[in-house]
Amino acid sequence: MTPDLRRIEDVAPLVRAGAVSPVDLVRACLAQIEARPSVNAFISVLKDSALEAAATAERDIRAGRYHGPLHGIPIAIKDLVDVAGTRTTAASAVPSSESAVDAPVVRRLRNAGAIIVGKTNLHEFAFGTTSDESAFGAVRNPLDESRSAGGSSGGSAAALASGMCFGALGTDTGGSIRIPSAACGTFGLKPTIGEISCDGVVPLGVSLDHVGPMARSVGDLALLYQAMKGSASGWAVDRSERFVFGVPRSYFFDVLEAGTREAVTGASAALAAAGHEVKDVQIDHAEWTPHVYLHTVLAEAAWYHAPLLEQHASSYSPGVRVRLEMGRYVLGEDYVRAGRLREALRHAVNRALESCDALLLPALPIPAPRLGAATVLVGDRQEPVRALMLRLTQLFNVTGHPAIALPARWSPDALPRGLQLVGSFNQTPRLLEIAASAEPQICGGPGSVGGGTG
Amino acid sequence: MTVETWLAAAQQDAEKRGLRELLPLLETLGRSTAALRAADEEHRRRAERDATPPSPHA
Repeated sequence: MTPDLRRIEDVAPLVRAGAVSPVDLVRACLAQIEARPSVNAFISVLKDSALEAAATAERDIRAGRYHGPLHGIPIAIKDLVDVAGTRTTAASAVPSSESAVDAPVVRRLRNAGAIIVGKTNLHEFAFGTTSDESAFGAVRNPLDESRSAGGSSGGSAAALASGMCFGALGTDTGGSIRIPSAACGTFGLKPTIGEISCDGVVPLGVSLDHVGPMARSVGDLALLYQAMKGSASGWAVDRSERFVFGVPRSYFFDVLEAGTREAVTGASAALAAAGHEVKDVQIDHAEWTPHVYLHTVLAEAAWYHAPLLEQHASSYSPGVRVRLEMGRYVLGEDYVRAGRLREALRHAVNRALESCDALLLPALPIPAPRLGAATVLVGDRQEPVRALMLRLTQLFNVTGHPAIALPARWSPDALPRGLQLVGSFNQTPRLLEIAASAEPQICGGPGSVGGGTG
Repeated sequence: MTVETWLAAAQQDAEKRGLRELLPLLETLGRSTAALRAADEEHRRRAERDATPPSPHA
């Protein structure tokens, strides 16, 4: 069966006009979930409630009660987020209980008419970037099942790339929306820190956590983002506007696989040819980022998990457990040092953004790695996968700036290469406009999901 | 507490708790802590320098 990889932007008008049935959309997604069990994108599939909600949506739309562009659209929720009547497992064997109510962000998506088809698999407790440490089995990349879908929101990206949903909810503490988006050739938005409530979401690092949309186009990200914010629906962008893109070379290009480097070069040239300006910029002290991030996330994760570790240590995946235990040894003085340096890094990103509208850089320095690989060859050096996966995304969790991952249309092989646009603090809608304007040059326009065109 | 003192104490505690697999990770964390402290020191020196008014004789 051919998966339905249409964008919400394209399907919504058809749903509104009655030309496409929400019931058929849900059935198509359910069929695709059943057709690709090896991808293991979902922890739970909400077949009955989704079909019931779709039938209701169809009746409402026919009766003229149209809620907006998400009405009748099937979406998936990362199983780190509360959905009423389901357990939030966090992909762990640590006991969890059934949620009585939706997380606020889920409630807003439902209010906009979205239909939840299921809860997606992830790296256990969102504490990893490869989605292979899960009590429900590894998520496999639908483009090459021997490879990781990225993480921690790996199930959400895999579901989007294989037509199991039209939009998805992810969370991002060090890159967990943008990394799997880059690995699977889809789009992901990490909004500005604090913009969307993390209530009802299992925390990883409370000062680093973000909730955001994942989709198959920038326009779809915008529709989902607006609904998650509870703001008015509707998306129109002036693609004639021209922008200045700043490329931060130092640190961000130091460890980079050749195909990804080519993707940035290709995107820069295409943007310049379209009349945008592309120039180099400097983010001072970017090399501090991994140390600041590590001491922050470890200490904060240990805070949440300490009581669970006391009671259920053996229920965690060994790798996740040992990283959580490591957090219990971070000294208070070093956590404070990390906090002070976060401020300095935030100023450095703000300074870089003073001379441009958005930063342009890779989202992942490598294509999706093989499942289970601890290291990967970059140039002539073996590099640790975990550190590499986080290397280019975590700075913007540390600083809180909004960032979008989008698939580049350049790839030397069948695997996608993901780029990243970063906008000014508290300017997420503006970043979405800039990304929409750059989408044709970077991604080759609609229909680019699932890998580059070579 | 120096990083070396912290690392020795942390590794001893991890061994006592039967978490031998934690030992190499603590070494990695120790290297990162040393880098974090060096960055903090550099940041502090820079802030002090920026706050010091230039000498009129300079």
